Amino acid sequence: MSATKPRPRPSPATGDEGAGIEPGKEGAAPQSFVRAPPAAAASIVRIEGVRKRFAGTTAVDGVSLDIGRGEFFALLGPSGCGKTTLLRLLAGFEQPDEGEIFIDGEPMAGVPPYRRPVNMMFQSYALFPHMSVAANIGYGLKQQGLPRAEIAARVARLLDLVELGGLGERRPSALSGGQRQRVALARALAREPKLLLLDEPLAALDRKLRERTQLELVALQRRLGLTFVVVTHDQEEALGMATRIAVMEKGRLRQVGTPEDIYERPRSRFVADFIGEVNLFEGTPAGAEGGLVWLDTADGRLAGTGPSGAIALSVRPEDIEIATHRPNATNVVVGRVEGARYRGDDMVVHVRLESGKAVRATRLPHAPPLPADADVFLSWSPQDAVALAE
Amino acid sequence: MSRVLLGIGYVFLYAPIALLVLYSFNASRLVAVWGGFSTKWYGELLRNEAILGATLVSLEVAALAATIAAVLGTLAGTALARWRFPGRTVFSVMATAPLVLPEVITGLSLLLLFVSTEQWLGWPQGRGVLTITIAHATLGLAFVAVVVQARLAAFDRSLEEAALDLGAPPWKVYATITLPLIAPGIATGWLLAFTLSLDDLVLASFTSGPGSSTLPMVIFSAVRLGVSPQINALATILIGLVALVVGLAFWLGRRR
Repeated sequence: MSATKPRPRPSPATGDEGAGIEPGKEGAAPQSFVRAPPAAAASIVRIEGVRKRFAGTTAVDGVSLDIGRGEFFALLGPSGCGKTTLLRLLAGFEQPDEGEIFIDGEPMAGVPPYRRPVNMMFQSYALFPHMSVAANIGYGLKQQGLPRAEIAARVARLLDLVELGGLGERRPSALSGGQRQRVALARALAREPKLLLLDEPLAALDRKLRERTQLELVALQRRLGLTFVVVTHDQEEALGMATRIAVMEKGRLRQVGTPEDIYERPRSRFVADFIGEVNLFEGTPAGAEGGLVWLDTADGRLAGTGPSGAIALSVRPEDIEIATHRPNATNVVVGRVEGARYRGDDMVVHVRLESGKAVRATRLPHAPPLPADADVFLSWSPQDAVALAE
Repeated sequence: MSRVLLGIGYVFLYAPIALLVLYSFNASRLVAVWGGFSTKWYGELLRNEAILGATLVSLEVAALAATIAAVLGTLAGTALARWRFPGRTVFSVMATAPLVLPEVITGLSLLLLFVSTEQWLGWPQGRGVLTITIAHATLGLAFVAVVVQARLAAFDRSLEEAALDLGAPPWKVYATITLPLIAPGIATGWLLAFTLSLDDLVLASFTSGPGSSTLPMVIFSAVRLGVSPQINALATILIGLVALVVGLAFWLGRRR
């Protein structure tokens, strides 16, 4: 995860509510604050204390979660954290060992996948290789017993929706990766599900296409007013698309919140570390005063904001100032530069502190070089240091 | 050097067959003496009623046995590839046993089975086309099951899940997704079973009755009385047919 670039911190809402997202607008990730949170919508998905074990391991360990109507909800976590199992429980491919799942108020226990008001887009797309694109998209409609003419009309509309008009007679094998992804999306949308599940929808696309498709997915979700639940291991993807994110680890929910919550107010070391690059300073509580929490760490007494009794501080590389002379700041640590990595829009400097701890800080790419054989001083404001209770 | 070795290998494998094909066009009645080119043995073959009758029996048995084997083998292959059930290992070994068991033993055990069921149940009455067909279906089933099982093992399960997710109940998923995608495997299995049945002498000898001789049986008894060039002609036709069918099976197997 550490290879991903830091994402520009979401600035306060600019008030262009409803302006929508214009594709191609210099490739900026859509900021979630332009989307209204689901105002008091009744939840479409209710997961109550769900547990699922596979031979020897507990894939989903006591998860309770409500997902509101019209949300773009992301399940985020490293591989093996149980996010895909949770999605498969919603689709009905797995049955929970404990707990209950309600979709649109209906209990789903014992309801097979083919009777659920839910459709899924598979990570591999799972397009039927022996059918044309149109037959793939129309497969679900055919199961509903719709007349042939109506199926054809709706397939044509769906093909237009995903901008694949005229490709209906092709075989999936004759399409590019991006086109296949659209066919899979159109097929999953065909039955107008109450809930669309997407398993790593962008994982098979290359980087450029992935960014554009992110924007398109969000625009489509808003236009159709559907609820999307997307599984991803890519924090940038989740931050960029979702209205709410659930971060999972080892089958448990670690934190559920808006992208801003998760990014700016992580509650645990795991979440802080998983969402982008952070420097963690672990220590013992040393009191709280004036809205600040103090911690005794191996690098001295440091201040941050957050719950008292915190055991770690999380500081993002972009919030750290590097100076050659001791600045007058609340949090100052001393170390030696070990190396710098040019990344185009910024430079990552690796600093080894006196305690032996390695810290990353970013600088402007054309800042004057730092001395390799003299002490440098790192400082940051307590407001940028998030105190973590676990 | 390696080409020379390859050449020797090919000669070793195909020289007898080439010779047989060559001599089927021999004008001389003596098998080992070249008497000029002629197709007269093919003409005589067409007038030989015993051989024509046996050919019909063989084709009938082969088509019927291959079809039974394809249906049962597909079911067996599906069960073995998809389900974990008590006794699965035993079933797996039993279904594929005819692949490795000496045919003499399979033939003998089938003969015993038919004799005892006729005693206890009154069926099948006597031995003939029906019993040969059952015997060949048993052999072919093993091949179809293995081919289908391999094809299902390489099958992307998410295709079936996608169909379920789109509202198709399991039987429909099998009919519209699974079956079409493993069809080339089933066809390959059918063709294998067909050629095996056409070739087989041992099982047929054990399970045939009066008036139901298959082609290999007729050839075998004819050869014991002395090799007629007619048999060369017949063998040439059979080689052509089998090569065609095996080639078809190979081509089907390579298609996705």
